[in-house]
Amino acid sequence: MSTIVLLLITGLGLGALYFLVASGLSLIYGLMGVLNFAHGSFLTIGAFIGWEVARRLSDGSWLALVAAMLTGAVVGALVAAATEFFLIRRLYNRHIEQVLVTVGLALASVALFEGIWGTDPTYVTSPSWLGQTTEILGARIPNNRFMLILVAVLVLVAIVLFLKFTRYGLIIRAGVENRLMVTALGIDVRRAFTLVFAIGGAAAGLGGVLASIYYGYVSAHIGGSLLIFAFIVTVIGGLGSLAGAAIASVLVAVLQQFANFYLGGTGDLAVVLALAAVLLLRPRGLLGAKA
Amino acid sequence: MSTNLSTNILTVRNLYGRIEGQQVVEDVSFDVPDTGVTALLGRNGVGKTSTIKSILGLIDRTGEVTLAGRRVDRLATHKVVQLGVGYVPEDREVFGKLTVAENLKLAERSAHPNRALVEELFPDLVQRQAQMAGTLSGGQQQMVSLARALLNQNRLLLVDEPTKGLSPKIVTEVSQALLAAAKKVPILLVEQNLQVIRQLADRVVVLSGGRVVFTGEATELLDDPERIQRFLGVHSGTDHSGTDHSSTEQVPA
Repeated sequence: MSTIVLLLITGLGLGALYFLVASGLSLIYGLMGVLNFAHGSFLTIGAFIGWEVARRLSDGSWLALVAAMLTGAVVGALVAAATEFFLIRRLYNRHIEQVLVTVGLALASVALFEGIWGTDPTYVTSPSWLGQTTEILGARIPNNRFMLILVAVLVLVAIVLFLKFTRYGLIIRAGVENRLMVTALGIDVRRAFTLVFAIGGAAAGLGGVLASIYYGYVSAHIGGSLLIFAFIVTVIGGLGSLAGAAIASVLVAVLQQFANFYLGGTGDLAVVLALAAVLLLRPRGLLGAKA
Repeated sequence: MSTNLSTNILTVRNLYGRIEGQQVVEDVSFDVPDTGVTALLGRNGVGKTSTIKSILGLIDRTGEVTLAGRRVDRLATHKVVQLGVGYVPEDREVFGKLTVAENLKLAERSAHPNRALVEELFPDLVQRQAQMAGTLSGGQQQMVSLARALLNQNRLLLVDEPTKGLSPKIVTEVSQALLAAAKKVPILLVEQNLQVIRQLADRVVVLSGGRVVFTGEATELLDDPERIQRFLGVHSGTDHSGTDHSSTEQVPA
C-alpha cells in the first residue's frame, strides 16, 4: 500500500512538471497551430536565471526560492514573447519553416546555455524542508513533490480563470476554435498569439525552477528532456486542450512511475506505448477537437 | 430602394483572389451603394464567397477595395472590420464551445453595442444566453451569426448565404431580420434563393467564371427569365398568386 501511495504522489509531482510545460505547448498549438520545439528552451532559461537569482539572494531560503520562481516565470514569458514576435509571427501557416526555426532555436539555445553555464550540471540548493519527507499511509513522500503539485494546481486554476473570465481569455478560446473568424470580428488575434506564447513561456520558466528542485540540478538539457514527455502529454491529452493536458500529464507520469517500479525501469517505454495506443485508437487525443 | 442620389459605400476594382495559389476571383469590379441590399449572384463555384473573403482580406488578394472612400485592400482583416464592416459568413461559423452570450460579447467592438436591436430581432437568443452555441439548431446559429454583425454600428454588412440549409420558417425570419437591418446599413448579400433575393435586393451583381457579367437593378434580372437561365442556370417561374417558385441549387460557392 505504501509503495502505491508513494508512486502515486511522486507520479503526481512529475505530472505537475509535465503539465507546466505541456500547458503552454497545448495552448500555443491550439490557437496558432505552431508546434514549438523551442519550448524547452524557455524552461531551461527560466531555470538558469532563477537559479542565478536564488544563489545571489541567499541560497536555500524560501525567499530565494520564491524569487527564483517569479524570475523564472518572468524570464520564460519574456523570452517566449520575443520568440513569437521576432521569429514565429512571420511564419504563421508555414509549418515546415516553423519547425525548422524552433528546432534551430532549441539547438542554438542549448549551445548558448552550455557556453554560459558549462556542460556539467549545476547543483542547486533549496529550502531544507523540501529535501525532507512526510509520511502518508506509511509512504515517505519527498516534500518537494507537494510543492510541485500545489504550484501546478495554482497555475492550472489561474489559466482556467484567465481563459474563462477575461476578454483575452475569450479571444483565445474562440481562436482555438476558429482563428480566421476571430479576425473577421475585428479582433487583432496576433496580440493573443503573443500573450499565449508569454503565458506558455511563464509556465515553462516556472516549471524550469521547479524541475531544478525536482532533479536537484540545472543543466542545458533539462528543458529538452522534459519537452519530449510534454509533447507526448500534449498529443495524448489532445492538441489545444488545457484540460486534456492536465489529465494526460497525471496519467503519463503515474504510468511512468508504476512501470519503472513494477516492470523493471520500463517507464519511458510504457509512455511511448501509451502514446501509440492513443494515436491508433483515438488520434485526436483524450479531449482534443475533432479534425 | 437605392436611388441615383446614393453614393457608393464599397468600390471594388480589378479584384483578384487566390486560395493556395489557385485563382478563385479574377478581375472583379463592382460598386455597392450606401443604401439597400446589393445581391452578389452567380452559379455555384463562380467565386461569390471568395469575392467576399477577398474584400475582407481573408484570402490573398490584389486589386482595389475602397470602403467609404478609403483604400482597404492593404489592410489586415481585423482593421477592415474595425472600419465598420460586419461579416456573416457562409455556414454561420459560430464558436460552438462558447455560449451565445460569449459569442455576442466577442463580437462587440464598441462600449455601446446595439443590444436592443439584437434582442428585438432575435428574442429567442435572449432566452438562450447561457447555451453553448454548438448545441443550437442551424437557424438559431444563423441568428447568432447575424446578431454578431448587427451588434456594431457598421457601414456595410457582408452577408454570405444566410438562408443556406434553413427551413422555410427560419428563412422568413432571417429575411425579415435582414430587411430590418437593411434600413440601417447597406448590405452586400450572397444568396442562392431567388425568392429571398426578390424580397431583399435592390441591385444585383452577377459573377460568371470569376468575373462580373451583369450589374443592374434587381428587377432587370429577376423579371427576365432568359437572363436568369443564362446567368444563374435556373428557371424562374411565378404562379398566378405571385409566388416565386424559383430556386437555385443550395450547394455553396
